[in-house]
Amino acid sequence: MLRKILAAATFAGLVAVAGPSLAGSTQAPLKEVHWSFDGPFGKYDQAQLQRGFKVYKEVCSACHSLNEIAFRNLGDPGGPFWNPKYKNSNDNPVVKAIAKDYQIADIDSDSGDAIKRPGTSADYFPSPFANTAAARSANGGAVPPDMSLLAAAREGGPDYIYSVVTGDGTDAPAGLTIPDGKYYDPWMPGDVSAYYKGDPAKTPVGGFIAMPPPLIADRVTYDDGTKATVEQEGKDVAAFLAWASDPKMEERKSLGLSVMIFLFVLTGILYGSYRKIWSNAGH
Amino acid sequence: MSDHPSTYQPNTAIERWLDTRLPIIRFGADLMSFPTPRNLNYWYTFGGILAFCLGVQIVTGIVLAMHYDPSGAGAFLSVQRGIMRDVNYGWLIRGLHANGASMFFLAVYIHILRGLYYGSYKAPREVLWLLGCVIYVLMMATAFMGYVLPWGQMSFWGAKVITSLFGAFPFIGKPLTALLWGGFSVDEPTLNRFFSLHYLLPFAIAAVVALHIWALHVPGNANPTGVEVKSKSDTLPFHPYYTVKDLFAISVFMILFAVFVFYMPEALGKVDNQSMADPLKTPAHIVPEWYLLPFYAILRAIPDKLIGVLALAGALGMLFILPWLDTSKVRSMRYRPQYRMFFFIWIVACAALGWCGAQEPDGQVIHGLTTFNLIDYDLNSVTWLSRISSIYYFAYFLVITPLLGLTETPLPVPDSLYTPVLSHPAGVPSGAAAAPETKG
Ligand code: HEC
Ligand code: HEM
Repeated sequence: MLRKILAAATFAGLVAVAGPSLAGSTQAPLKEVHWSFDGPFGKYDQAQLQRGFKVYKEVCSACHSLNEIAFRNLGDPGGPFWNPKYKNSNDNPVVKAIAKDYQIADIDSDSGDAIKRPGTSADYFPSPFANTAAARSANGGAVPPDMSLLAAAREGGPDYIYSVVTGDGTDAPAGLTIPDGKYYDPWMPGDVSAYYKGDPAKTPVGGFIAMPPPLIADRVTYDDGTKATVEQEGKDVAAFLAWASDPKMEERKSLGLSVMIFLFVLTGILYGSYRKIWSNAGH
Repeated sequence: MSDHPSTYQPNTAIERWLDTRLPIIRFGADLMSFPTPRNLNYWYTFGGILAFCLGVQIVTGIVLAMHYDPSGAGAFLSVQRGIMRDVNYGWLIRGLHANGASMFFLAVYIHILRGLYYGSYKAPREVLWLLGCVIYVLMMATAFMGYVLPWGQMSFWGAKVITSLFGAFPFIGKPLTALLWGGFSVDEPTLNRFFSLHYLLPFAIAAVVALHIWALHVPGNANPTGVEVKSKSDTLPFHPYYTVKDLFAISVFMILFAVFVFYMPEALGKVDNQSMADPLKTPAHIVPEWYLLPFYAILRAIPDKLIGVLALAGALGMLFILPWLDTSKVRSMRYRPQYRMFFFIWIVACAALGWCGAQEPDGQVIHGLTTFNLIDYDLNSVTWLSRISSIYYFAYFLVITPLLGLTETPLPVPDSLYTPVLSHPAGVPSGAAAAPETKG
């Protein structure tokens, strides 16, 4: 406990000293994507969610957890594998098959031994690392953030994710010394001025990220034949993560439409009643 | 209008029986028939809107509490995984509660501005006004503690910044923060006590609201002219005239509310709060919710922490003592053009403080302009804008309000609220038939 407090105090001290530089954090303007789910009537594109899930499963899941999502969620209405035939997503065969591929830590109820068993629809996505320390040590000191809410937890959401993972295709600017195990990314908010030798007015925007550029062309093979360019993979995984952060969006917008219609009618009726009642207020 | 005679007639045997034992039906009937000035405009519907907001917060809050786990390890998951994903319509209940808090504050700010503009705080309504101020302070405490419950990054760090303020007090500071925290820092015990209090305070608010309405029904409503009701013909029974007007206003308010809940549920939140609280990772900007920003700006405008805290409390205190600062006998600003002008500037100062509260203290107000340093900050900085706005905020109450009441020449005030209503339907003041009531 005491050690924890001391660590926290030291850290707070460091932050206080480093404070001013945080304020100098910069970021390149995000690449703006036109998403199918933009706007009050926008919906997820199910084919895109399926492709995005494939990218997550085959690439990102090696480092990033998805703690809040159960396999059954993939088959929920609005989700990548929603199928109206399986109202209960636990019964969805695609979901069951996906779950079976994962090994879930459990306790054997007869022997009490720690075991691994194939997943079921009700299980949650297992984390790639046993704990945060393991995640940190495997990633050069940085912890890959959990992805369940990543799109909601960053300014710009899916645009941000898309920008960060697709990069700008150019090499790091000349004069910038990149620390070991880090990569330069103009969209990662940060301040690289201490590592830049050159005209301070031309200091590159953005920061360093401990994640190697995760995508290359044909990193995955899409089942629907879509060409797997870096842009395509980036968009698809960003859309999938947008869904993961906001799986009830379609339900929300469609209920919202009914509620709005109801409220407008109610307001009209109340306004009429108001005029009627006040017309005999007399004075 | 406490002397308003009861018109309730118990018609059935059981009503007569109950009426002599617990006249609760009479109580309700008298509330409904309460004589209300006929010239109340839409600014007066916000009381009803606020009652609606409190109801929404309590009902949605009770349901949230059924699914919420106030533990350090479980709080974030119980909200983000449980309520938002697994609980049927949990996203809706939470959307209503989280956005409902903002709507509640929007309504209370309009309600307070209404009171300031029409001079509702003046005799004989000082107690009514004070009770309103108590409700406002309780609301801020409730909302602050509620915001900690989802245990996101901003929950945690916001709690840390605000609770640390209490440490600024000499002698009692340390024990006070230890008591708030239940330990040596914001941690699970803090979360537990905040949850307990967050459940309790809304019911305290409801009780003060009951007193507030009681205090309203003693002198009766004021009205936009500020002229007291003189005869029965100045009034209309609350029901159906104001029930239907309030319901219409609530319905319009619900449309705005629904736009947030269904189409931009996170627009008023901070993205940082979508990450679990991490005591080792300070967010780049720690910013309170929008409704607390002006006070946060006042706090940061002052270099000394203790004085800053006292200024923050003093800013609220101004509202409490206002009835005794205002020396004018004219109630409504309709007839006080000079005061009205200072009042609009005051609103601008509050908005400026709100804006400053969300900026970095050394941020520039006019981009690219550097002037000179004065008390730690450049003159063209957010901090200096906060300082100037804070000074105006206090000067408005402590200097302008007492002095202007003595020196200004108000416009003629109508004889009765009936006069303007007769000749000007939309409540436009009529100066014509007025007996000028001059300075006090
Ligand atoms: C080799 C491990 C690894 C893989 C594979 C990987 N990441 Fe990362 N990712 C990381 C690490 C480590 C970080 C933290 C970087 C930091 O904080 O400097 C990170 C950070 C990120 C961020 C920035 C988050 C922030 O804090 O703002 C995004 C966005 C991201 N990853 C997306 C992806 C996507 C999408 C994929 C799959 C296409 C992916 N990552 C695959 C290791 C990985
Ligand atoms: C004056 C009325 C109230 C106000 C202004 C208020 C405000 C808030 C706020 C701002 C939050 C954080 C919302 C978020 O970001 O998620 C919150 C959360 C919460 N409130 Fe309230 N609240 C009120 C009444 C109540 C009541 C009466 C209860 C219970 C009976 C309650 C239970 C909860 C619970 C369980 C949470 C945590 C879940 C969540 O974060 O959504 N609240 N409240």
